[in-house]
Amino acid sequence: MPNMSPNKVRMPEQEPELRNKNFNEVALGYTEQMAMEEAQRCLNCVNRPCVAGCPVNVQIPDFIKLIAEGKFEEAYWKIRETNNLPAICGRVCPQETQCEKVCIRARRGEPVGIGRLERFAADWYMANAKENSGKADGKAEKKNRKVAVIGSGPAGLTCAADLARVGYSVTIFEAFHDAGGVLIYGIPEFRLPKEIVREEVDTIKKLGVEIKTNMVIGKTLTLDELRKEGYEAIFIGTGAGLPSFLGIPGENLNGVYSANEFLTRVNLMKAYRFPEYDTPIKVGRRVAVIGAGNVAMDAARCAKRLGAEKVCIVYRRSEAEMPARQEEVHHAKEEGIEFKLLTNPIRVLGTDNGWVKGLKCIEMELGEPDSSGRRRPIAKAGTEHVIDVDNVIVAIGQTPNPLIASTTAGLETQKWGGIIVDEETCATSLEGVFAGGDAVTGAATVILAMGAGKKAAASIDKYLSQKAD
Amino acid sequence: MYRIVRKKVLNPTVKLIEVEAPYVARKAEPGQFIILRVNEKGERIPLTVADFDREKGTVTIIFQKVGKTTKLLGTLEEGDLILDFVGPLGKPTHLEGVKKAVVIGGGLGTAIAYPQAKKLYSLGAEVDIIAGFRNKDLIILEEELAKVCHRLFITTDDGSNGTKGFVSDILKELLDQGNRYDLAIAIGPLVMMKVVSNLTRPYGIKTIVSMNPIMIDGTGMCGGCRITVGGTTKFACVDGPDFDGHQVDFDEAIRRQSMYREEEKRSMEEHECKLGGGNNA
Ligand SMILES: Cc1cc2nc3c(=O)[nH]c(=O)nc-3n(C[C@H](O)[C@H](O)[C@H](O)COP(=O)(O)OP(=O)(O)OC[C@H]3O[C@@H](n4cnc5c(N)ncnc54)[C@H](O)[C@@H]3O)c2cc1C
Ligand SMILES: Cc1cc2nc3c(=O)[nH]c(=O)nc-3n(C[C@H](O)[C@H](O)[C@H](O)COP(=O)(O)OP(=O)(O)OC[C@H]3O[C@@H](n4cnc5c(N)ncnc54)[C@H](O)[C@@H]3O)c2cc1C
Ligand code: SF4
Ligand code: SF4
Ligand code: FES
Repeated sequence: MPNMSPNKVRMPEQEPELRNKNFNEVALGYTEQMAMEEAQRCLNCVNRPCVAGCPVNVQIPDFIKLIAEGKFEEAYWKIRETNNLPAICGRVCPQETQCEKVCIRARRGEPVGIGRLERFAADWYMANAKENSGKADGKAEKKNRKVAVIGSGPAGLTCAADLARVGYSVTIFEAFHDAGGVLIYGIPEFRLPKEIVREEVDTIKKLGVEIKTNMVIGKTLTLDELRKEGYEAIFIGTGAGLPSFLGIPGENLNGVYSANEFLTRVNLMKAYRFPEYDTPIKVGRRVAVIGAGNVAMDAARCAKRLGAEKVCIVYRRSEAEMPARQEEVHHAKEEGIEFKLLTNPIRVLGTDNGWVKGLKCIEMELGEPDSSGRRRPIAKAGTEHVIDVDNVIVAIGQTPNPLIASTTAGLETQKWGGIIVDEETCATSLEGVFAGGDAVTGAATVILAMGAGKKAAASIDKYLSQKAD
Repeated sequence: MYRIVRKKVLNPTVKLIEVEAPYVARKAEPGQFIILRVNEKGERIPLTVADFDREKGTVTIIFQKVGKTTKLLGTLEEGDLILDFVGPLGKPTHLEGVKKAVVIGGGLGTAIAYPQAKKLYSLGAEVDIIAGFRNKDLIILEEELAKVCHRLFITTDDGSNGTKGFVSDILKELLDQGNRYDLAIAIGPLVMMKVVSNLTRPYGIKTIVSMNPIMIDGTGMCGGCRITVGGTTKFACVDGPDFDGHQVDFDEAIRRQSMYREEEKRSMEEHECKLGGGNNA
């Protein structure tokens, strides 16, 4: 008998008033009991709508059935057939707009907790089976053909893993000193523990993928030089790391951060453990975060944890348009983050010696839908006001970094920087060069980046097989 | 990991190390920099490429002890390893076609200016170098500099060696005497670069300054290194570090550099505490 409860089995969490003072993980994960109970909510639908909702086609009903039967390790390997990073996806996928959105159970009550179950299977495997698993990733016969992957975010890691699995010698070139892309430098510890990212990266290394850090492609080596070194195909998965600023007066005052800088200091450089770690961060009593995506929520929740008394999100549209995952917004509210919606910043105000002291804003109302389909915010005359703050964090989006495009002749990009590819094959304008993830789409999601990495790996395999003939 | 193959103490606070970093050595040009991290808990700090040897695959950096990381770096010896060392970053300085140049170095800035003077000289330009230091004990690279210029002027703030005064005093004299240059390169403390830029402006002498804002990644992804040049925001790590001194907003840059003063002090104090007195540098 399936479990017909309209609600997901509750996920244990740290209490809001406790967790907004530490960087430990917020959601604590299911026990075996909870997982089996939740798994029984799945109806094992014949037409499997949920599978189509997942960008990498995780065989959802199959792995869930295995969990229901208590076969946790098998459930893990079922997920791994199509998803290389289950512990990560289970935690950060926007399930409500993907797999869980189309789950039959969502028609009456909550969908099956697919993400939570995926996380459970991955965590269970790491804790209980990893060391002595009889099963391991299959290693194909070596082909002795070299492929270079640029960037070690989810797109690059997935592409590299898939290619290694069919026998290519894959080297990942990463600009930073640590692999993982946004998973390491952007998404905070309390949402995605870095230990988990490291474990997932290790799994990929075990497939034979070599990761070279401290390699800025375009500077340390160019794309052309990589080819001269014998890499027959190249995948560009460099993400969207270029921070956008508002272009309003006062943005260069001391105390204004791009979200990228703020989060990199906190996560990659571990400024939250200063002075044990050397990199400092400056968080005042009151912090305004501009924007309402995942990045903004992460920055706001970090600021709170770093001791700010008052943290507010400043967003020019309304709650309905906020791009962040629902769960992050919900968690942020619980932790005491304030939301100033329909509010647009127009100037950062500074003290005589150049430190931020306030954010001047104007109220907005929503007009007709714009080209993005969202209702366009319009300023309301005479509603200027000042929010007193010590820090401003700008989280209004990132675009692809021009470093590679500007040093590679013939690599075509969109005006805004995205690399132009053939949607079916991920091929760029240069032969043997493929691209995917945020570098192509602009800031998107982990799972879409992984989907692109997968697709590119398949085309690279095809390209190289044909080239050999 | 990157091995230190040579170490030289240039003065009580300035050290030179040559580091095995073949990829960086292959591409480095004057004007570019590297970012290093000494150990797992360390900060990423930018340092200029002072010299490189493409054959040996080594890169030389010269650094001054100003805070925790530079102090720690100074305690490493030949054979020791540095955890991360990435580069070359930033844009090389364009020095082609210059006939007569004046290169001005303030303190440690002299070390950063040295490769540029060397390149100008090897390209056949007539080079004057003005190098200023607080006192005679702090003078560095005197012999090396002498080899890559036509005239070398040394100043010390206290007159303990060379001319008493600032580099800008000498520059003003040279300009007053009627010397004209197609290029001035000024590298040193922000205030010095500001003064030099103000001196050359009325003469319309193109002046390159090397900006040293606080950086993290050095690849254009954090925006922490932003400075205002000619009214627009630039990222020093990718658009620079060299900029037109007549366009730079120095006052803003000076302010931004002081952003972490308290934390830097705290970091240094904790470090010295652990070392037990701080005599180990
Ligand atoms: C703070 C934050 C929170 C987010 N939260 C979520 C979430 O909850 N759920 C979700 O699905 N998505 C989330 N996202 C979005 C998601 O992280 C990205 O869409 C995804 O990481 C993109 O993957 P990628 O592999 O394309 O690029 P990235 O993860 O950006 O990785 C690119 C890598 O390439 C490296 N690189 C760049 N240039 C070079 C070069 N020239 N040479 C060598 N290496 C280079 C970079 O250092 C980086 O490691 C979030 C993003 C941020 C910033
Ligand atoms: C492009 C560039 C090239 C440079 N080249 C050299 C060089 O060749 N030799 C040399 O000795 N120094 C150089 N510097 C400055 C050097 O990076 C700083 O002295 C160093 O980061 C100080 O670190 P610390 O921990 O020892 O001191 P801290 O205690 O961190 O700081 C002491 C002082 O250094 C400045 N500073 C701190 N962190 C940074 C940072 N990440 N980037 C820049 N400045 C910072 C602070 O404003 C402060 O005044 C360069 C800086 C830049 C941006
Ligand atoms: S990978 Fe993401 S979208 Fe796919 S099933 Fe897992 S949580 Fe859902
Ligand atoms: S749609 Fe929902 S209930 Fe149906 S198989 Fe998928 S997860 Fe199970
Ligand atoms: S150091 Fe981060 S953008 Fe320049």
